Amino acid sequence: MLSLYDGNLDVPKILKDWYAAEATTNYGAYIPFVGTVRSEDGIDGLSFDIYEPILESWFEAWQEKAKAKGALIKMAHSRGDVLLHESSYIAAVFSPRRRVALDLIDDFVEDFKASAPIWKYDIIKGKRVYALDRSTEIAGSGILAK
Amino acid sequence: MVTVDFLGPIQKPSLKLEITNLNELAKILQDDAEMSEWLKNCAVAVNDTLVSSLDVSLKDGDKISLLPPVCGG
Repeated sequence: MLSLYDGNLDVPKILKDWYAAEATTNYGAYIPFVGTVRSEDGIDGLSFDIYEPILESWFEAWQEKAKAKGALIKMAHSRGDVLLHESSYIAAVFSPRRRVALDLIDDFVEDFKASAPIWKYDIIKGKRVYALDRSTEIAGSGILAK
Repeated sequence: MVTVDFLGPIQKPSLKLEITNLNELAKILQDDAEMSEWLKNCAVAVNDTLVSSLDVSLKDGDKISLLPPVCGG
C-alpha cells in the first residue's frame, strides 16, 4: 500500500492504522521506519516533488518481491512542504518472522533512496533549493549526454 | 509527435517534437545550453518505463520523461 499526502505525515495515526489493519492477519513482525526532518544548515524544512506513475510501478515491483517472501510493505510520503521535526516518510514491513522484515526494510529503504522518483528541496528563507548534493542519479542516467 | 516532460527541479516547459527515436532527442537537447548539465545526470523514461539505452524507437503519442537525481524521505 502506497499513500501520498499533501504536507507532513500524521505519524501516530498512520502507524496505528497500519497496525490495526494487520492486527489479526497473523504477521509476527511489524517493522516501521519513520523519517523526520532534522534542523541543519539553517533550513526551515524540506519540500518534495513526486512523479507518481513511476513511483507506483517501482513500489508495485517491491510489493511483488515482498509477497514472494510472505511479507507486505506499506509506505507513506509527503508532497510539498514539511517543516522541521515533522515527518515526510514512513515505510513498514509486515512479515511472518522478524528476519525477513528486518532484511526487507533495509533493502527497501536503500533502494527507495536510490530509485524512487522523488525530488527534495531545502526550504531556506521561504525559497525551495534543490538538494542536488544529497541526491542520487537513477541507474542508467546520462544516456542523453554527449 | 511525442511529448518530452522535464521532471522535478528542471525548470523547463514540456516539448512537443516530431522525432522517431531517442538519438534524435539526444541531438536536440545537446544543442540546448540550459540542458547540458542535466543531460549528464538525468534518467530517461518512455511511457513511464525507464530505459537504459538510446536504442528505442518512438511512435506518435509517446511520452518521454527526464528524471534528474532523486532524494526521497
